[in-house]
Amino acid sequence: MPELKLESINKFYSAVHAVKDVSLDVPAGEFVVLVGPSGCGKSTLLRAIAGLEDISDGEITLGDRSISRLAPRDRNIAMVFQSYALYPFLNVFENIAFGLRARKMSQPDIDKQVKWAAELLDINDYLERFPRELSGGQRQRVAIGRAIVRDADLYLFDEPLSNLDAKLRDGMREEIKRLHGQLGKTFIYVTHDQIEAMTLAERIILLRDGMIEQAGPPLDLFERPKNTYVAGFLGSPPMNFIDVTVRDETLILPDNQTLKINRNGKSGLAAGEQKYVWGVRPEHFSQSSKKTGSLRASLEVIQPTGSRSYGTFYLEGNHVLAELEAHIGEQNTREVTLEVAIERTVFFDKSTGEAIT
Amino acid sequence: MIRWDRGWRLGIRVACAAIVALLFVFPIYWLAAISIKTPEEIYAFPPVWIPSEIHFSSYVTLFRDGDAWSVWNSLITAGVSTVLAMVIGTIAAYSIVRFRTGGDHLAIWIISQRMIPPICVAFPIFLLYVSWQLVDTYLGLILLYTAFNVPYVTWMMRGYIQEIPLELEQSALVDGLTRWAVLRRVVMPMARAGLFATAVFTFIFAWNDFLFALILTKSEVVTYTVKVTGYFGSQSTFWSKIGAMSMLGVLPMIIVVGTMQRFIVRGMSMGAVKG
Repeated sequence: MPELKLESINKFYSAVHAVKDVSLDVPAGEFVVLVGPSGCGKSTLLRAIAGLEDISDGEITLGDRSISRLAPRDRNIAMVFQSYALYPFLNVFENIAFGLRARKMSQPDIDKQVKWAAELLDINDYLERFPRELSGGQRQRVAIGRAIVRDADLYLFDEPLSNLDAKLRDGMREEIKRLHGQLGKTFIYVTHDQIEAMTLAERIILLRDGMIEQAGPPLDLFERPKNTYVAGFLGSPPMNFIDVTVRDETLILPDNQTLKINRNGKSGLAAGEQKYVWGVRPEHFSQSSKKTGSLRASLEVIQPTGSRSYGTFYLEGNHVLAELEAHIGEQNTREVTLEVAIERTVFFDKSTGEAIT
Repeated sequence: MIRWDRGWRLGIRVACAAIVALLFVFPIYWLAAISIKTPEEIYAFPPVWIPSEIHFSSYVTLFRDGDAWSVWNSLITAGVSTVLAMVIGTIAAYSIVRFRTGGDHLAIWIISQRMIPPICVAFPIFLLYVSWQLVDTYLGLILLYTAFNVPYVTWMMRGYIQEIPLELEQSALVDGLTRWAVLRRVVMPMARAGLFATAVFTFIFAWNDFLFALILTKSEVVTYTVKVTGYFGSQSTFWSKIGAMSMLGVLPMIIVVGTMQRFIVRGMSMGAVKG
């Protein structure tokens, strides 16, 4: 199975520069997720790899073949589309067999391959049905079946779960990950959903305005975001950004409460007094009984989710969300004392938004 | 009281439907009746609504004299030109929709060709055909009908193709089909209802043409529409032949429309939404 290489890919739509000088190496067998808000160029990039969009500039190679100028059918790539793209006039079997027939595979081989894919995806019972007779989840399985049944060098997924309801999406996510493990093929997956990106990816490529903002393993991006954009994009609920001042070993919050910080882990913090944006994830807070070294807050809204509750409080206009224990809303007072795992939090430069390491 | 009301409404509705149906069906019935009546019954007054005997003599005459051949001529010219116009028009429409060939206005420009009153171009075309020696040939009529129908087919198919989700085609391209194969194996099946509906109307246009068939044929490829008019004479009019020939002309249409009915209804409602 060959490696995919993108070198300085650019894509213009008349005056709009949709993909800006993107370079990327995807080793064989990796599960890469391209993630970013709508309009960031992730789908364009995927479609360029598939050959459905011409690139304005750059080079795409798959193994030792340059595929930038090849027609989609000559690239040996399989793709799953957001809308499933099932042929309504063919039954499930024929939909899955479509790509094999296009490549002139013999009937016994087609039967064998379709049966294998159908078993893997648990759609054996629907092979005679037509797409209109299937539920959304079943259709998505058929669409995935149509891709995996082919022995392609690369498998592309263009937001395949975004048309499914939340519960179904969770299940399918797990299945796609299992499938990747079983097949061991290279998957490139596009989504705008950061949870999908976090849960599926071996490597996340976070895009912004047609450029790669940060790339790396999910937890790396989550714990060590390069800037406020990455930090804010990953994580649900998102990271809190609080304007703070750091003076020596003391962190001064907007309402003048103070916390002690250890500069050892934050060597990038300037000496003396400096203003920063402090990035604290909701799960960095925990309820504390200590009087010192903790933060007092008055919870204005409490949102129980069952396993945990989210409490909202304000620090001089800074909206802060803290993840607390589930029954926090049942206590008599809304006044809480919170401890912060400061070593896990991130400081950002106030003007550039870049993380201080 | 309410029941009465409903009963009335239903009655009026049925009556209206019956009147409309009668208006459409009666002329065909009358032609069929004339074609099998005796001359006495044809000219009888008050009219003979139901023929007392069935005579196929006028049909026999048409086949014996070779006049029925004109229906074959119509079938050939309308049939071949329909196939050609469908192929050319569908490919043109696909190109306009998917590759934006000719920008935003080519489709309008093409359909505007269809808006020319045929009589305006009849004389130039006749002169052209004389010099090209296409008068009274199958090729001449087929070319003309094709040229007239391609704009209609292009316009209609454009609407149907626009409704096909792009991802279906892209998926097929990635799966290993060429553009031509996508057109044949994805676009055509997806637009099937529209294809059939358009083909039926295209066929009807060519089938019903009288003007060009009259001007551009002499004896070899006279179509049935022209042949029928030959039975009207200054001395006498051959009503039974007119009836029989008209029935021969109507029959293929009834068969075509009858078998394609479900596609025509679906195709018309599909295309009507988007244009």
